[in-house]
Amino acid sequence: MIDYDSALSGRVKGIAPSGIRKFFDLLENMDAGDAISLGVGEPDFVTPWHIRDAGVYALEKGFTKYTSNAGLADLRRQIAAYMRRRFALEYDPMKQMVVTVGGSEGIDIAVRAIVNQGDEVIVPVPSFVCYGPIVELVGGVPVYVETKAEDEFRLTAEALKAAITPRTKLLVLPFPNNPTGAIMERADLEAIADVLRGTNIIVLSDEIYAELTYGGRHVSIANIAGMYERTLVVNGFSKAYAMTGWRLGYVCGPQPLIKQMLKIHQYAIMCAPTTSQYAAVEAMQSGDVDIEMMRKDYDYRRRFLLDKLRGAGLTCFEPRGAFYAFPCIRSTGMTSAEFCEQFLLQEHVAVIPGTAFGPGGEGFVRMCYASSLANLSEAMERMDRFLKNLWNKD
Amino acid sequence: MNTELLNLLEKDARLTPAQLATMLGREEKDVADEIADLEKNHVILGYPALVDWTKTDDEIVTALIEVRISPQRGDGFDRIAERIYQYEEVESLFLMSGDYDLAVTITGRSLRAVAEFVHARLAVIDGVTGTATHFILKKYKEKHHLFEKLPEQEERLLFV
Repeated sequence: MIDYDSALSGRVKGIAPSGIRKFFDLLENMDAGDAISLGVGEPDFVTPWHIRDAGVYALEKGFTKYTSNAGLADLRRQIAAYMRRRFALEYDPMKQMVVTVGGSEGIDIAVRAIVNQGDEVIVPVPSFVCYGPIVELVGGVPVYVETKAEDEFRLTAEALKAAITPRTKLLVLPFPNNPTGAIMERADLEAIADVLRGTNIIVLSDEIYAELTYGGRHVSIANIAGMYERTLVVNGFSKAYAMTGWRLGYVCGPQPLIKQMLKIHQYAIMCAPTTSQYAAVEAMQSGDVDIEMMRKDYDYRRRFLLDKLRGAGLTCFEPRGAFYAFPCIRSTGMTSAEFCEQFLLQEHVAVIPGTAFGPGGEGFVRMCYASSLANLSEAMERMDRFLKNLWNKD
Repeated sequence: MNTELLNLLEKDARLTPAQLATMLGREEKDVADEIADLEKNHVILGYPALVDWTKTDDEIVTALIEVRISPQRGDGFDRIAERIYQYEEVESLFLMSGDYDLAVTITGRSLRAVAEFVHARLAVIDGVTGTATHFILKKYKEKHHLFEKLPEQEERLLFV
């Protein structure tokens, strides 16, 4: 008899499973042909054909071996050109970047390279679910800072200042934000930079949604004076080019940090998938038009969903990035989890409780608008009915 | 002219002025007025549905016919084009650069009906000097729509 409990690492056991597991079990057991899911956060586009074709072509030519650890040199040069072209950032393709297995790996190796046992990592929430658990796995301590609807879910300098202690090692900056759709504009970033300059805190800027910014261009914090040398920029191909399944991302940053992260990457991963890297070269060479086309399309749906949410009587702050709306459902008197469960059971529409994204998410739900207009339209008709039934009952 | 509205309608003609207004961040009335203008000025010609007739009981045969003509003094190609497009059977008619002059697509109930049309109607028009008929065997894509549904990836439950 093996005692698996004592066989397992205490740190792993200490990590909470994704907060919405129960919710998904519900979805899995539901046998409704008319179910609409606005739950999964990924583009509804298929990867543009010229990019897929480049992947197929790489296979045909037999490019099936490992690439160099840091990634194809050609791809790294393309990434450097892209960072310059889109965000006015200069990185040495041979020394300042690692091509990773999705942005997720970039986050993981960054945290592992920087955080010692007991070090604190500031994580603004609500945000993507991975930061806290990854920090906990290396023995670090996530310090959650709640962003507020009244601040348009931006991280404020005051909130940041209040969270910093002598043990603070890293600030995660997840903007444009999943799940709120919040962005940080230049002035907001300047205020954050004012707090950080003169400290030894590194910024892990998760900019995977950078290309999905509406009504203005994304600004990277690495662009703010004094921040370049303390910022790791994580980006990837998943959201901008609809390439989620290719699992490809990258991290750019100061050479001393990248050098150490590369070691972890070498030992744990070897290299990112070769086929994906060849496809990614094509994406960066001629994919700017695809980005623009998709961004425009998300923008139509963003406006549509926001208008319908407000029309249905919910308060919703205008999301300016990513592809999520984050309406407030407090007026229903339900918790986020109750709301999502009832909405799913009664109307067969899946949305995600805000609580899944950390403290500060209670009272909100996340709806992904990377779904067809027909789906969104139908989902919102059901939302209307759901809310009317609810409010009429009282 | 701002073509954003046209782009959206070309993709989905069933979008209502209210929906379009929301998506574009404009007033509904403003959008409705613009559409009315576009229709009046014949910028928007119509709102047909794309149909896959092979899934119906009706047999439809479509042919692409290359037509060579000798242009006429004063009228160029237009006069002859006009004589061709008046026929109900003619689905589309384009003036082409290259080897031939007019590309005509026609639909008919059978191969014979189409052949008949070419011989009896098209080839005998004054100024038509030659035709070549290509029957369309299978349609894969039209106006950005695929005739066959692509397979969907298996359903997944995951959290991102």
